[in-house]
Amino acid sequence: MSYGKLYMSILEREQELGPLETSQSGQGRPWQHWQMAGDAQGVVWLALDEKGREVNTITQAVLDELNDILDKLDHDQPKGLVLRSAKRTNFCVGADINQFQKVVHGQDITDQLRKAHEIVGRLADISIPTIAIIHGNCLGGGLELALCCDHRLAIGNARMGLPEILLGLHPGLGGTARLTSLIDPLKAMTLMLTGRSVDANRAKALGLVDKVIEERHVLKAVDTLVNKGLRTKHASLKNRLLATKPARRLEARQMRSKTAEKVNMAHYPAPEALIALWEDHGEDIDAMLQAEVQSFAKLLQSSTAQNLIRVFSLREAMKRAAKTGAEAFQHIHVIGAGSMGRDIAAWCSYKGLQVTIFDRDFNMVARAVKSTAEMCAAKHLPHNVTREVLDRLIPDRYNLGVASADLVIEAVPEEIGIKQTVYSHAEAKMRPDALLATNTSSIPLEELAKQLKKPEQFVGLHFFNPVSKMQLVEVVGHRRADQQTIANAKAFVGQIDRLPVEVASSAGFLVNRILSAYLLEAMQMVDEGVPPEQLDAAAEDFGMPVGPIELADRVGLDICLHVAETLSGQLSFPEGSLPGKIRELVEKDWNGLKSGQGFYRWQADKPEKQKDNSPVSKEHIDRLILPMINSCVACLREGVIVDPELLDGAMVFGAGFAPFRGGPLHYVRKRGSEDILTTLERFAEKYGERFRPDPGWQDLRIVDFLE
Amino acid sequence: MTDSSEGINSPTHPSGRPVYIIDGARTPFLKVRGKPGPFSPVDLAVLCGRPLLLRQMFPKNAIDQVILGCVNVLANEMNPARIAALRLGMGETMRAFTVQINCGSGMLSVDIGYRMIREGSRELILAGGTDSLSHAPVQFKQSAIEWLADLRGAGSFKKRAQHFRDLHPTDFKPEIALQSGLTDPLAGLSMGETAEILAHLFSISRDEADLFAINSHHRLAQAQKGGFLNGEIEPMISTEGELFDQDDGVRPDCSLASLAKLKPAFEKPFGQVTAGNSSQVTDGASWVILASEAMVKKYALNPRAVIIDSAWSAIDPEIMGLAPVMSIAALLDQQVREFDKIDLWEINEAFASQVLACLKAFECAEFCRQFLDCQSPLGRLNQDRLNVDGGAISLGHPVGASGNRIVLHLVNALQRLNLKRGIASECIGGGQSGAMLIETI
Repeated sequence: MSYGKLYMSILEREQELGPLETSQSGQGRPWQHWQMAGDAQGVVWLALDEKGREVNTITQAVLDELNDILDKLDHDQPKGLVLRSAKRTNFCVGADINQFQKVVHGQDITDQLRKAHEIVGRLADISIPTIAIIHGNCLGGGLELALCCDHRLAIGNARMGLPEILLGLHPGLGGTARLTSLIDPLKAMTLMLTGRSVDANRAKALGLVDKVIEERHVLKAVDTLVNKGLRTKHASLKNRLLATKPARRLEARQMRSKTAEKVNMAHYPAPEALIALWEDHGEDIDAMLQAEVQSFAKLLQSSTAQNLIRVFSLREAMKRAAKTGAEAFQHIHVIGAGSMGRDIAAWCSYKGLQVTIFDRDFNMVARAVKSTAEMCAAKHLPHNVTREVLDRLIPDRYNLGVASADLVIEAVPEEIGIKQTVYSHAEAKMRPDALLATNTSSIPLEELAKQLKKPEQFVGLHFFNPVSKMQLVEVVGHRRADQQTIANAKAFVGQIDRLPVEVASSAGFLVNRILSAYLLEAMQMVDEGVPPEQLDAAAEDFGMPVGPIELADRVGLDICLHVAETLSGQLSFPEGSLPGKIRELVEKDWNGLKSGQGFYRWQADKPEKQKDNSPVSKEHIDRLILPMINSCVACLREGVIVDPELLDGAMVFGAGFAPFRGGPLHYVRKRGSEDILTTLERFAEKYGERFRPDPGWQDLRIVDFLE
Repeated sequence: MTDSSEGINSPTHPSGRPVYIIDGARTPFLKVRGKPGPFSPVDLAVLCGRPLLLRQMFPKNAIDQVILGCVNVLANEMNPARIAALRLGMGETMRAFTVQINCGSGMLSVDIGYRMIREGSRELILAGGTDSLSHAPVQFKQSAIEWLADLRGAGSFKKRAQHFRDLHPTDFKPEIALQSGLTDPLAGLSMGETAEILAHLFSISRDEADLFAINSHHRLAQAQKGGFLNGEIEPMISTEGELFDQDDGVRPDCSLASLAKLKPAFEKPFGQVTAGNSSQVTDGASWVILASEAMVKKYALNPRAVIIDSAWSAIDPEIMGLAPVMSIAALLDQQVREFDKIDLWEINEAFASQVLACLKAFECAEFCRQFLDCQSPLGRLNQDRLNVDGGAISLGHPVGASGNRIVLHLVNALQRLNLKRGIASECIGGGQSGAMLIETI
């Protein structure tokens, strides 16, 4: 439940900053990014407060100042040191990612890392007792800094983790060594290998923090720790045994095989580097610190890390695009409780909006309540949070919510007639300032907008299935849409923690159109006699999350066929004909996962694939991937999307396009457009005109980007 | 309008501002089937309140008071009114309290709301009642609780071991709170037994009672078929996705023959009160919205009825079922109204014999003279005007909700039948009763 005005405003006083609260702030502060003050009994409080940012990060400047501060502490020898953050919402979210993007030279990185290690090493070695107070996010370099303290106290809202692996890296500020020697090394490795963050209680259970306390007990807790002497915990016998060389070798083998189940280690070198680091140096913290520097520097220069960092920045850029200053949405109304409608409703109520949901068949609304409860269960939400989510989701038997909602989202069957009836009814009742959105995936918005009274307040919000997993939402404009409408729609997408990308209303919009080029070619190849298993293996070898045949089976072959037919009508595929096998299957009602049989037989939601040990064919990969890329260029040329960077982001977050490749267009850059064009031409001769390079390859703006 | 303002301005009417019933809704009443149902009392109040508030012309925070009647309050839902208000998203500043007068709780909430608006301290009130009898807790006996406390106090292992010698397994036989709740602690009688007493004292035969019960079922079935409850009942969906959209205790095909087969439920083997001619044990909630004239103007509301007056009375717990006679007589007396000026009646069907005893008392000259201070009998209440769409025997009696439901349904029934004036009343375990006079607009 959100707090009231009064409580919200007095909550501002909550944070305990000890002597910092009364010390001079602002003027005359010796440091830009740190605040420091001593209390009456000689304990120094040091708070990170990075200048000009809402969240703390670890930068060169932050560390340089810390170095000076440590000089002063060495000199003054206070009774103890409290380290915390002066920001309201977080301790520190880790290293500033941007500085990793400017990496040029290997030796520079190593030097820079060594220096950083030296500084935090001084904190770790300082003779006075040190206590980190952790609230909010404490991630990556932030946690590594806290690990240098003797004690860590977590406030209830703390979240801690070392997510570097998600960027193709491992911790680089001593975290690999300090964490494995602080807690059960296997749990430490799991934390770093998965990149997952843990809440305060889990952190306590892991031994990552000494205690979980409330903000209101910080002063007393510090006092107790400083005055009653500090017990340094020694590693348990189990942990010491686990740290022996033979045990590490055994465990490392386990970790490797588990990791290989999750990711293709050829594409993702970081897990192996991390495992090797521990396997080789797990018993010697100093050696491991040394080796971490080398290993981190090497990873940072890998294309995987650089591309994943690129993808991270793309996500940040998309999040920024969602910040349009629009007022927060309070109430959305969903019309149509089919699988997309109920998914959207569930997600929005999970994200704190009041949601009313209407369907002509009220039993569908009942299913929406059920699936929302299931989503909460899958997220392991506590009982009271689940109840709040369900309380916000209001089954609306008479479509009354349409009158009070800020945003009405239509998710009824893909038929113009039905949709237009819904709109004319909705428009008559909607608030004058409310937005009307459609979740259509196949009908051009111009068509839908034709009979609207207020086409300027109409927009497409194309969610992907399942909404709780797919981060992308295509914000679809049309000729008569108001710019403010688009901006508000983007803000809405941002508010519910999804990533908006603005696309023009053309057939299939962006992601589905590009993906269907991939799927259709795969179908074509099946018709030619290539075993589906080989195709899926090829795509997965390239780095797609799911092979095209399995994907089609999962989406539903009937739906794939319908989309393909709609698209081919609107886009006129060069060869006109759609692959035959899929049609046969659909006629037999073999629609994939949902019918238990499609291209594959499905058992317990898993396809039964024949073992196929034949090596992956490069030609197969190109035949699957290049149509997507050609389609990307066509979309750019047609202006379906304006910014090629965002196209890459959309394909990664909407279609799972191999993230470690940095997006389809980035892939072209890396491989060279020359090579791709030659291959496309060759394929056009060999397999058909559909491979002929799109005229966009000649477009200077596109060429520039691809160079 | 003229007629109702006549009521308000009539000399005997307590002075004050008019109070309007704007709207109201209830959940389907769900029969308790042996295990806890899907909804707690607050769940029911929330699921009922959400669609009701959704269809209003005013924002939720325009309401300035929430009052909820609830008898079986769960330990984790203390002050259900406040919890419901917060869960309904009415904001942290919403005042909310819970009232309890047993079977009259849902009407007491309306009555208090009515008085607050009338005197001018509130403008717009959400007043309801809720109960989830399927969630009535199972409790340890007092003797078991004492035994456990002593065990905790026993210092040594030896003492503790000795303590086990004092253990009587029957101490730990669970007590169903609902059972004790439906037993009058002073009279030592179950509610069913009080109905048996009235049947005897007013010569109500088993057949008369069963016939009344059949009527109740047939009327509810008719109302369901005719859509008379549309808008009154708002459907509920459980987290399992199960949809509940009507009262599920109705038996359209029940007959004298089928009811005659039932054994007495309270006084075996010779009694006559059976499960068939008693109210059903159910889960359910109901809300009405009360508004002042100022709010009606401000939000351009359509008032459906005006509350004219109310009265509460009490008699011996042993004959609690007769108490509506007293509060109805008091109400009519306050208003100088005649019995036959009342177009429609809702008297909660706790037990068929109890309602029938009331009717007999109304028409008994001696009774009226002796106990109601009337020269002539109050009158003959035409059963065609009583509980026209069924009652607690067919649709159930979630104790805290029933008093609210009968007020709500009276408004709806009066409007549907294009009638003016109605009284809703219920008997209350413990020997009390409440009665409320309303007029449609």
